[in-house]
Amino acid sequence: MQTLTQQLANPTRFMDLSARVLPWVAGIAAALIVYGLYLSFFDSPADYQQGETVRIMYIHVPCAWLSMMVYGLIAVSSFGLLVFRHPLADVSAKAAAPIGAAFTFLALLTGSLWGKPMWGTYWVWDARLTSVLILFFLYLGLIALRAAFEDESAGAKLTAVLALVGVTILPIIKFSVNWWNTLHQPSTDFTATVDPSMRWPLLVMALGFTLLFFAMHLKAMRNEVLRRRVKAMRTQAVAGRDRLATQPAE
Amino acid sequence: MNSFWALVRRDLRLAVREGGAIGTALGFFLIVVSLMPLGLGPDLNLLARIAAGILWIALLLAALLSLNRIFEADYEDGTLDVLATGHLPLELVATAKSLAHWLTTGIPLALLAPVLGILLNLDLASYPILVGTTFVGTPAVSFLGAIGAALTVKARRGGLLLALVVLPLYVPTLIFGISAVSAAAGPAGMGAAFLILAAISLAAVVLGPIAAAAALRIQLQ
Repeated sequence: MQTLTQQLANPTRFMDLSARVLPWVAGIAAALIVYGLYLSFFDSPADYQQGETVRIMYIHVPCAWLSMMVYGLIAVSSFGLLVFRHPLADVSAKAAAPIGAAFTFLALLTGSLWGKPMWGTYWVWDARLTSVLILFFLYLGLIALRAAFEDESAGAKLTAVLALVGVTILPIIKFSVNWWNTLHQPSTDFTATVDPSMRWPLLVMALGFTLLFFAMHLKAMRNEVLRRRVKAMRTQAVAGRDRLATQPAE
Repeated sequence: MNSFWALVRRDLRLAVREGGAIGTALGFFLIVVSLMPLGLGPDLNLLARIAAGILWIALLLAALLSLNRIFEADYEDGTLDVLATGHLPLELVATAKSLAHWLTTGIPLALLAPVLGILLNLDLASYPILVGTTFVGTPAVSFLGAIGAALTVKARRGGLLLALVVLPLYVPTLIFGISAVSAAAGPAGMGAAFLILAAISLAAVVLGPIAAAAALRIQLQ
């Protein structure tokens, strides 16, 4: 009896399964986001303090949540690559890094747009903002490190090492900047402090964005698998041509 | 253990006899610190207030410049391959080389920092604390830096990449190094921040070589 992860070690099986799952994930994500956008723009009240700007939160919070979840996913994939040598683990880590960087950037951007009317400034060196900015730098480091190696498999493993180092050091960074300075409000964790009329659109958007990420991630993974196949075929073709060229001489 | 110390001694001897490496880092440190007042204006009160921050940042940058020295030369001439096949575990090789880097770069920079404090009108009472934090914090700089150095040994454009990889890892060291100096003036004293800085250094001494050795193994295959 194989587990799902073991079965997916076969790329062909992964391609079959993902081709079937992808339209559903993407479809549900689109529906949820459309519904969530409707809720957040037309069917939820303006905040008594923040006014209409509270609607930025419906984009900002899902992005911020994804910025962390994607790093977690990269870390798990890296662990899977280094320890279990799972063939899809690296594909997953590689595909997730740029998407995670994009969500982190969006979280910073929407937060700063919200900060101008609310805090009176686009940027403050507050604990939360600083640690997310450093998370963004870590993403850039992962992408740049991978790009710097000719040998893809060495680059993949080294990036995995960096991702795992990042996991151990992220809590320390978070903790250190918390000590240092704080303005950003603590997370509500979808608890009772958020009024139901706002919690519901936020939940819908969070779920929609998460599914959107998974849809993009699956698509990027499929592209990466295909890219590797093309590369392997090219190498084979070149090797075959060389063999033909040398045959008459033998 | 003998071979561990032999390796440390070899790296120290190389650093001394090659010359230049230590001097370059110190010279860079001096120049960065003296550029600051040129950019910020010669207001002594302002400089005194931000002196600790400037010194720490310049120290990190100077150390960063010398990080690629930890593994690069040994990788290029094949010494690292010999070390990897020897009986000393690669983790200890990385420890020895990071330790040698700390002795030849971290300590000289930490010794120079208070001297450069004069240029920045640093408060006299802050001197012992500044020396204390730089001595306690620089092991983290060398041992965390070794991770980055090991990761980029074989990379193209290694130098800039090294900065991108390593600088985020330096954030806690920087924050606690500076907050220890500024907390010393306050009522709470420097105790907590200083102890956390020490904890970061100790954790880096343990974790740095493990990650560095993993990165080296991947590239030496």
